[in-house]
Amino acid sequence: MKAGLVAGLFISAVSVHAASATMDKIKSTGAVTMGVRESSIPMSYTTGDSRFDGYHVEICRMILGDIKDKLGMNTLRINYQPVTSQNRVPLVQNGTVDIECGTTTNNTARAKDVGFANTLYVEEVRIAVKANSGIKSIADLNGKKVATTTGTTSVQLLRKHERANGVNFDEVFGKDHADSFLLLESGRADAFVMDGSILAGNIANSKNPKDYKIVGEVLSTEPIAIMVRKDDPEFKAAVNAAIAKIVANGKMPGLWNKWFLSPIPPKNIVVGLELSPATKNAWANLNDKPAEDYNKK
Amino acid sequence: MDLGIFCKSTLEQETVDHCFSALFTLGKNPDPSYLDWLMKAWGWTLAVACLGLVIALTLGAIMGTLRTLPTDTPLNRFLIRFSTAWVELFRNIPILVQVLLWYHVIPAFIPALKAFPSYLLVSIALGFFTSARIAEQVRAGIQSLPSGQKAAATALGLTTFQSYRYIILPMALRIVIPPLTSESMNLIKNSSVAFAVSVPELTLFAMQAQEETSHGVEIYLAVTLLYALSAFAVNRVMAHIEKRSRIPGFIVANTEAAAH
Repeated sequence: MKAGLVAGLFISAVSVHAASATMDKIKSTGAVTMGVRESSIPMSYTTGDSRFDGYHVEICRMILGDIKDKLGMNTLRINYQPVTSQNRVPLVQNGTVDIECGTTTNNTARAKDVGFANTLYVEEVRIAVKANSGIKSIADLNGKKVATTTGTTSVQLLRKHERANGVNFDEVFGKDHADSFLLLESGRADAFVMDGSILAGNIANSKNPKDYKIVGEVLSTEPIAIMVRKDDPEFKAAVNAAIAKIVANGKMPGLWNKWFLSPIPPKNIVVGLELSPATKNAWANLNDKPAEDYNKK
Repeated sequence: MDLGIFCKSTLEQETVDHCFSALFTLGKNPDPSYLDWLMKAWGWTLAVACLGLVIALTLGAIMGTLRTLPTDTPLNRFLIRFSTAWVELFRNIPILVQVLLWYHVIPAFIPALKAFPSYLLVSIALGFFTSARIAEQVRAGIQSLPSGQKAAATALGLTTFQSYRYIILPMALRIVIPPLTSESMNLIKNSSVAFAVSVPELTLFAMQAQEETSHGVEIYLAVTLLYALSAFAVNRVMAHIEKRSRIPGFIVANTEAAAH
């Protein structure tokens, strides 16, 4: 344990001088490639004309600014590379993307292929219902229809919950998040269970956002983290050092306020997701624990 | 490749005691295995497809026949226009869009449809979509008959209904069995759109199970195999019907006659 701590200090202390392939590449080419998502509002999304913005994107720009200063460079060009759920891990592995700033869950399976920076956003799986439905918790879902999206981990989560708590509900599946929300909107489902940010985003985008609310207990917790190459611990240390600086400067609450509670471009919608205790805790105790550690009972 | 994934529990991802509890050792597992789920999904695929097939064949035969009616009475002219409109309406809209229309849009106007289970709405959509295609094949079959057939039926004093019932349809329907076979097989494969309205069939299983297990290759192989098997079973049934309904000397299916 002590040896690890010493080694960690050693790495962070000498990171500028250590042989970091990514840092060398940034220094020699004067450019860095950031992996971004096209429509993960408000974490990482396009605002049109190949411009990208969002909570994670802005944090990554701050991190890269810090690295630029460390390397003593005057300018650093950022190339944005849109990635998808299918190609994000391979693109980081093969070096196309230097730093991925999307919505990637840090879990042990992925940690075998890539490295994760310290978590700054913790996703919580929640329940969205119509405001007038009277549903307040998962217990109220007994005998109700619950929508979720095919091909997501929320489906399995619901099954486990149903079995563990003896709450019986009918599952209906949307083919994507927009479809699942339509099920709730059209009354085909009484609740929509999904990641809190997706629920908040869909509600913000709906015709009458006031008709819906997010209720009940947190069904599952997942750390969403910035992804870097696995074989370059020096670069990861530099990223984490930059993150520590941003947190120490007290910038995180302002960033949260900007992206989750204020109108954001291009349509000036308000996501309206309050800062969760889990995310607050992640800021206070910076760590790169995988999702498995979060859901241990 | 790790086919052991099918013997894992869908809840805990641990190997279960009775891999195939769904069929042979019913209800022995506390939680179903992925194989159990796969079989259940296959059942849904077959149920939706069979129901759709019944609707498609019935409506397709009717609409195709109506399109060939003689234009001598106002009623006939109306029926021809109606069946033409039917065919053009249902073959010009993509099947996935039709399914979503039946599920999301039409019930907004006809609230009674909201009570319909989604598998039924998908079967209707699939049935109507395919009926338009079958109607065209039936029409082609009828119009491929020599015009003398119809004239002879009229000369015998048969009414329009009687000439269709006893002369035209028995011959035309035998002619169109081969294209009807492909259409029926298509319907099995098209039933995969049912996943879009939360029918827990094979495609939904594939998408969900591969996300949960990260064993996409094994899952998709199994699902592909079951789709192929189902479509091939339809093919065999239709081939049997074709063989049993064969009449020597007819313009079709006389390969045996030709061989002699």
